[in-house]
Amino acid sequence: MFAIKRLNAWLGLAFISVVSGSAFAGQPINMPPGVTDISLEVYNMHMIAFWLCVVIAVVVFSAMFYSIFAHRKSRGVTPATFHESTTIEAIWTIIPFVVLIALSIPATKTLIDMYDTSDYDLTVKITGYQWLWHYEYVEDGVDFHSKLQTSLSQINNDEEKGENYLLEVDNELVIPVGKKVRFLITSNDVIHAWWVPDLAVKKDAVPGFINEAWTRVNEPGIYRGQCAELCGRHHGFMPVVVRAVPEAEYQQWVAANAKPESATEYAAISE
Amino acid sequence: MSTVAAGDHHDHPESPYSIKRWLFTTNHKDIGTLYLWFAFIMFLIGGVMALVIRTELFQPGLQFVDPQFFNSMTTMHAIMMIFGVVMPAFTGLANWLIPMMIGAPDMALPRMNNWSFWILPFAFAMMLSTLFMDGGGPAGGWTLYPPLTLQTGDALPFVILSMHFMGLSSIMGAINVVATVLNMRAPGMTLMKMPLFVWTWLITAYLLIAVMPVLAGGITMLLTDKYFGTSFFNAAGGGDPVMFQHIFWFFGHPEVYILILPSFGVVSSIIPTFARKPLFGYASMVYATGAIAFLSFIVWAHHMFTVGMPLAGELFFMFATMLIAVPTGVKVFNWIATMWRGSMTFETPMLFALGFIVMFSIGGFSGLMLALAPVDFQYHDTYFVVAHFHYVLVPGSIFAIIAAVYYWLPKWCGNMYSEGLGKTHFWLSTIFVNLTFFPMHFVGLAGMPRRIPDYALQFSDYNMMATIGAFGFGLSQLLFLVLVIKAIRSGKKATSQVWEDAEGLEWTLPSPAPYHSFSTPPAIK
Amino acid sequence: MSDKTSKTTRGAAKLALAAVFMFSFGYLLVPLYDVFCDLTGLRFTDEEAVALSPQELEEDTSRVVTIQFDVSMNQGMSWRVKPEMQVMEVHPGRVYTTFYSASNRTAEEMVGQAVPSVAPIAANKYLVKTECFCFDNQMIAAGETVNMPLSFMLSPGLPPNVNLVTLSYTFFDITKNASAEKQLDGVLAYK
Repeated sequence: MFAIKRLNAWLGLAFISVVSGSAFAGQPINMPPGVTDISLEVYNMHMIAFWLCVVIAVVVFSAMFYSIFAHRKSRGVTPATFHESTTIEAIWTIIPFVVLIALSIPATKTLIDMYDTSDYDLTVKITGYQWLWHYEYVEDGVDFHSKLQTSLSQINNDEEKGENYLLEVDNELVIPVGKKVRFLITSNDVIHAWWVPDLAVKKDAVPGFINEAWTRVNEPGIYRGQCAELCGRHHGFMPVVVRAVPEAEYQQWVAANAKPESATEYAAISE
Repeated sequence: MSTVAAGDHHDHPESPYSIKRWLFTTNHKDIGTLYLWFAFIMFLIGGVMALVIRTELFQPGLQFVDPQFFNSMTTMHAIMMIFGVVMPAFTGLANWLIPMMIGAPDMALPRMNNWSFWILPFAFAMMLSTLFMDGGGPAGGWTLYPPLTLQTGDALPFVILSMHFMGLSSIMGAINVVATVLNMRAPGMTLMKMPLFVWTWLITAYLLIAVMPVLAGGITMLLTDKYFGTSFFNAAGGGDPVMFQHIFWFFGHPEVYILILPSFGVVSSIIPTFARKPLFGYASMVYATGAIAFLSFIVWAHHMFTVGMPLAGELFFMFATMLIAVPTGVKVFNWIATMWRGSMTFETPMLFALGFIVMFSIGGFSGLMLALAPVDFQYHDTYFVVAHFHYVLVPGSIFAIIAAVYYWLPKWCGNMYSEGLGKTHFWLSTIFVNLTFFPMHFVGLAGMPRRIPDYALQFSDYNMMATIGAFGFGLSQLLFLVLVIKAIRSGKKATSQVWEDAEGLEWTLPSPAPYHSFSTPPAIK
Repeated sequence: MSDKTSKTTRGAAKLALAAVFMFSFGYLLVPLYDVFCDLTGLRFTDEEAVALSPQELEEDTSRVVTIQFDVSMNQGMSWRVKPEMQVMEVHPGRVYTTFYSASNRTAEEMVGQAVPSVAPIAANKYLVKTECFCFDNQMIAAGETVNMPLSFMLSPGLPPNVNLVTLSYTFFDITKNASAEKQLDGVLAYK
């Protein structure tokens, strides 16, 4: 019986390593470090928490597997009879407690930073709709809708899927690099969530209320995300695309796109 | 001791093929059996829903189902698995085992017991019928967040009514457990002598009584908001949609522990038997369970870190959530200390219990990561969360339930199951459960949101892998069905002790256990 | 035996009562949530004007805070609403008045309700409205435009790190509910 079991286990291991090693190489398996100071902090904290868990797992499971190997009946051991030890139990209550406190300190610091929206350079109001986004540059007088551009024939498998399948929009959110952009997030109908992994910004869009978030992108580039809160039939089809450009290019873009009429006219778009 | 009815109710063990026997039974074993079979049937239905989801996600693009139907599959799959599988299965185990473990003849409230079971088939029939209604089944997620859930068609009142029924059933089941444990213990069975399964269930029962009515209140508010003009969750009338989330998760987080605490009890029964050594730290296990139950009431908002809370709120819920790792850690350490210097054998229940410890811990680790509020902004509502809660619920709760069935099945039907089939079932389940859920960590971290019917190309390989795993896991469970039926019909006769070193009153009864457990109270050591 | 049975029944009845209590507790969470929101400043349930204490009315001319006015329309709401000013520089402790203009370009009389919301959350408690169109619903006849006044003050207790406050109004179309209510009032008056 044991032989069969061992064989099973090896087969399982072999299968998993073949599958994950060769055929499935190349696709991302981790959180992106992102392109903002905050996203990097978040990434580092994620990795610290991950390795901490790995270390704890190795220690705990080594003890367990050693015990499974050494303290088995087939090796003829007679069982011990101990069943409590206040000292040991106190130790393994206190140590995790200390580890948790150590972990919560950087988390608290990052969270405080994330909540500090002061000294911003520009404000973008983001409104979620079923199923698209609306962006309004409050100071610069630009506003537009942004919705999925992937064609229906790609979704229905009649055409080959493009590189940015489901992550491409007609109008990208253009923001200047190195500037603190403050987001005001709300919704027109149900709850959505605006999320761009590379910026480490995810905030719910709640109808009737505004939420705040901010970002300061360090590198020019195109960053893609999606709606993260179930919002109905086409929840999977309302991506977010952010294009971060140098300040000068941003100003040109604003000049080309600003509307003379005040931006609040957007208010009627729900028609 | 005889198999003839005793005590103050006059039912007899009629032929197992008589419908009347099952409809009118007030016997704790019959009702336990009904609960367990019901849970298994729901497991298959909920499993088919999961396979619909996985089939659509096998490749990018829309191939098989409409996105709206996909959403109602994710919604229903969750409701079926939580309210139809894990909760009834635990209630079934409680029914079978608690009277035997505490030396009682039956449950304290046998008629209510019958009622609380027979509500369930009607509730779930109603729930499933909504799939055929105008506008389809519920598709706003099992969390039923307004305003989205208020967009549901004709199904909404039926879904809410059926959830009321499920809640009623589990509240009655919980009242029965508390009444039984507090009043029916044999003389000498003090609280601190009770097996941990009884302890964890007692605490679970209190949790159920405390939070199921809160869910009932919340969903009633949804109903009146939609049909009777109230505006609890409507900002225009002075309400707030986020308030629903607070009410829901005030129920929802204790609910999560309702789904896992009895498994801790099961594992705490199995490990000592096969390690041939008493459970390490019995008292601290009881206190840890109590601590987890208490903490479960003050962490609910960690499900809504991104909703826009004041900084102080985020910090409070982050710290409180991280604290849960302490009592949970104590439990895992105690199990390993129980094995340490024992004399272990690895029969199927032990394998599932060991699998539980390892894979539940993986779910616990990702839970700790999720507790860190700023990092949760990246994890929230992605497949990382899906991986997390499936690790604690499938190789967690479900493995514990399966372990319990293997462990006590010889006591229930008097025959041993096939150890070879059981071990094959374990290895297949373990391989496929990891193949299904481990890759979900990867796609979640890489940025795939949950509850989407179609995804970007960089998530395709691991989704394909998960789908293969899901089909493998689903098919492996049919092996379990075959094994259980075989054991009921034939097999080596089990002794009353069954396992060499099993401790507890249930092992003093003959196998199969008599229709009424302890007509005269047993003597307690 | 019967003694034990009655003890069991009593115990079960108590538990059932506890379940009923918890059901009402679910409803009790609604007012508790308001209290919680007021305490933390998460949402401020200001459905009526607040009386200002003289202490609060001490103008702090040394401090300038930017206040940004914003407006959103909820689903199905077709009004065009515009704040008179997009931003204002204000001193804490002084009452200011501004206007929102709203026009109903449809051919029907409509009733709207404005719901205020403030960012950052920390500023919520300190934005005091002495007069606001959001205290009541607004009826606008077909094709008309109205100016709606708003008087507010930032109380001097505003945390020092807050130098920008956004006040956002979301307008909801409640014409249907309002007319149903009016009908009900009519029925009651007739009786």
